[in-house]
Amino acid sequence: MLILDRLGKIYPNGVNALERFSAEIRLGEIVAIIGGSGCGKSTLLRAVAGLDRATSGAVTLDDISIAAPHAKIGIIFQEPRLLPWLSVADNIGFGLQDAPANVRREKVARALARVGLADKANAWPRELSGGQAQRVAIARALVPQPEVLLLDEPFSALDAFTRRDLQDHLLDLWADTRPTLVLVTHDVDEAVVLADRVLVMRPRPGRLFEEIKVNLARPRDRQSPHFDNFKRRVLTALDRSLDRNLADADPKTTTGEAMWW
Amino acid sequence: MAMTVDLPALERTDAIAAPPAPAGRLRRLARPALGLLLPVGLALAWEIIVWLGFSSGRLVPPPSKIFATLVELAKSGELLRHIVATLTRVAAGFGFGVAAGTLLGAISGYWALARRLLDPTVQALRAIPSLAWVPLFILWLGIFETSKIALIAIGVFFPVYLGVMGAVLSVDRKIVEVGRTFRLSGPAMIRRILLPAVLPAYVVALRVGLGLGWMFVVAAELMGASEGLGYLLLDGQQLGKPAQILAAIVIFAILGKTTDWLIEIGFAPLLRWQDAFGRQSGAA
Repeated sequence: MLILDRLGKIYPNGVNALERFSAEIRLGEIVAIIGGSGCGKSTLLRAVAGLDRATSGAVTLDDISIAAPHAKIGIIFQEPRLLPWLSVADNIGFGLQDAPANVRREKVARALARVGLADKANAWPRELSGGQAQRVAIARALVPQPEVLLLDEPFSALDAFTRRDLQDHLLDLWADTRPTLVLVTHDVDEAVVLADRVLVMRPRPGRLFEEIKVNLARPRDRQSPHFDNFKRRVLTALDRSLDRNLADADPKTTTGEAMWW
Repeated sequence: MAMTVDLPALERTDAIAAPPAPAGRLRRLARPALGLLLPVGLALAWEIIVWLGFSSGRLVPPPSKIFATLVELAKSGELLRHIVATLTRVAAGFGFGVAAGTLLGAISGYWALARRLLDPTVQALRAIPSLAWVPLFILWLGIFETSKIALIAIGVFFPVYLGVMGAVLSVDRKIVEVGRTFRLSGPAMIRRILLPAVLPAYVVALRVGLGLGWMFVVAAELMGASEGLGYLLLDGQQLGKPAQILAAIVIFAILGKTTDWLIEIGFAPLLRWQDAFGRQSGAA
């Protein structure tokens, strides 16, 4: 169980980025955090990752207090952030340095095959496409088998087709070991496709605004009316979180393709 | 100074298509040949002019005479002695300069307080033309090897210091964060993230430093030496032997290019991941 207890972050310049954010996330649950820009989504995720410290509140994972990066928590960023001087295989094995060489080799080979890049083992990161590079980043984060995987807008730099592809692929990988996924996104479609729960945040200061449970069976059909229904609910919550007038909301926007914020 | 080195997520895999057409191969061979055309042509033209008696070639000896001088010097063992003397000086000066430049550059790059303490002084010293140190070095260190090596080391130090400091400062924060998420210890962070990240810039700094080392060895040997290629230059001037001067210059050119090339190929296996390495030769 990942517990975020009244997290708050005030930056040294006085900006109140996050205020009293609380959530309890079960093992194996997929939670999407969505909100307009400046709502503290990334601040929140970095605090959970232990990369930045919250100024108030606490993050605990299975009763361990998280104040620095922890072995049970993996993170995937918006950019793949592969190390350009390591081959694809060595990038994937980066977090396994303490494991014996043969174990490492075997795990890396399995991960490469799992993300469909077995033929790229010896390629340099610069030789990969954007989607391939992000797959390697996912494999690198998953290989040490974290209990929690944090994703900070992981697919937002990719084209729509690749993005959809990787969303499905992520779910596929998730099903292997069922880690907890906490995903920050701008993309309503992505949130509804992936998450069991969507947490909508409102900006200035960043706060939890609304929680929407998405009880749709997987795999989810992006075309189904139920899917549209959830998308509309998330969009409505987002609009209200930004104090937009609901009566004027154009119904077409709620059924459009991916909605970007 | 956060120069980001984001990974190029380019679609590059199929870019190597199209087999080289015959015209392309010809061009690849012709390009270096094209560069040789001017110097070889000029040398040949001069050789013919002297041979035909249009010029005595006394002040500008023809290539054949320079070559003959080289052979003569080599046969007597003189050439090797001078080359060894010069190479030893460059190696020692380069070694000290690189060691000091790397150490101080790394400290200044890594540690902001040290940078504030150290960098202004180094920058001020850098503003002094290095040859201005010569009289002082001779007073302090004598006219023999020590002052020469010190001068060369000074020349090597500054580009290496600046290169290392700049490289450490511009290591991508995002990549360092990857190291943090995998909980690398301080030494592991340096070994697995920082060192490989600064290596390309370091190699460039070494090559620039070496170039300056060769420049300063000439200055050092001109200010008084009993052996070395610089001595050959001076001796040739004083005894009116232009062929000997040109022979020494040719050897300088060969040694300079060879040592630069050694650095390049020495580091090439570590830099294979770089996009631009093949096109980088000729830097420095």
